[in-house]
Amino acid sequence: MTPSRLAFAAILGKDLRAELRTLQSLPAMALFAVTTFVIFRFGLDRTSLSGSLAAGVLWATLLFAAILGINRLFVAEREEGGFDAIRLAPIDRTALFAAKASALLVYLIVLELIVVPVFAVFFLDSATALAPLALVLLLADIGFAATGTLISSMAVNSRARDLLTPLVLLPLVVPLMIAATGATEPLLALGGPGYHRFDTWLAVLGLYDLIFLLVGYAVFDFLVED
Amino acid sequence: MSDAAVAVAGLRRDFGERTALDGVGFELAAGESLVVLGPNGAGKTTLLRILATLLRPGSGEVHVLGACLPGEAWKARGRIGFLGHEPLLYRDLSGRENLRFQAQLHGLRGERAEARIAALLAAVGMERRAEQRVAELSAGMRQRIAVCRCVLHEPELLLLDEPDSNLDAEGRELARELIGPGEGRTRVLVTHDPERALPDADQVLRLGAGGRVAVA
Repeated sequence: MTPSRLAFAAILGKDLRAELRTLQSLPAMALFAVTTFVIFRFGLDRTSLSGSLAAGVLWATLLFAAILGINRLFVAEREEGGFDAIRLAPIDRTALFAAKASALLVYLIVLELIVVPVFAVFFLDSATALAPLALVLLLADIGFAATGTLISSMAVNSRARDLLTPLVLLPLVVPLMIAATGATEPLLALGGPGYHRFDTWLAVLGLYDLIFLLVGYAVFDFLVED
Repeated sequence: MSDAAVAVAGLRRDFGERTALDGVGFELAAGESLVVLGPNGAGKTTLLRILATLLRPGSGEVHVLGACLPGEAWKARGRIGFLGHEPLLYRDLSGRENLRFQAQLHGLRGERAEARIAALLAAVGMERRAEQRVAELSAGMRQRIAVCRCVLHEPELLLLDEPDSNLDAEGRELARELIGPGEGRTRVLVTHDPERALPDADQVLRLGAGGRVAVA
């Protein structure tokens, strides 16, 4: 068997190289998010948001932008025979799960590096909440990456994958969204960041991440087999 | 049964209501070539994908390189070279990058991998086009790279589904050096061109409609 770390590095490197070369996912995700912020800005007719409304706008936008990337995560494997090539290799299939989840995590982090500053410019009075917000974003991204990779690997074999991914994914990420908005709301409160129940929501996010990483580790082998 | 490189008995595989293979059986010793013939839809590709561990057998016994499928598929993976209808290459990577990726998946790294890749690219006449993205290559050139991918990890068993498809005469000759009979290669070859394949065959398996063995 090829050591899992080598297989992981090979698949992750291949995915990032292909994305850098083709820019098929990230620009679309970023453009979608920025456009949505513009729509919210004019739709709500507000130049400043705070508390739950700010958290809701931020996380709803990030969630739907993430779905664009999740939809495309396994397309090359499906359309160009990558699944077969990987299944023929003497590797642990969980290396594929780990590599795909890591690639998605990288996409989400890069997306947020681009669009969260735009969100701050559009809607926030100060940038003081951004530092603690980074921790919330990271924990939520890990959850998105784990759940999104699982769902994407299932949906990619369906002709209706564009429909299937959001239909299956959205109910699964409801707890993640509740925890992420719960942690973000006090950070974006009017008058500066607060930390009411911040630790609790971070713990919920961490628990969600752990559960779906373990589920992915346990079931991914079965998902990619015939 | 365990001495054979490939041993199949009573193999059946259904896709819903349709039977793709029904009661297929053969034994192939190490170093032998089996040619599989049959009309379209006879189950030739299904048979090859089962032997490659890409499909589960429905029922029957399948042993490949000492591994009982599907339970011991992990024992056979990495020892099989599979060349199917699709080249299994990423369109946005170059030929060399694709081979490097495959080498890494098979545990080949560093100078050893680079030397092997360079030798294979030279063997199929693709060293000058190796840096081009696969999407920019012709179907024949992709097939040449796919031949390299198939033998990159020096497999013990070659499973070849119409390996000459898209190859010109020169390409066929070059590919034959890598995937043709000889050097003790064990091969299962699916083809629609018996005139070319039969002289090299140690055994012939003819599949008929519904995946039944027509003439063994």
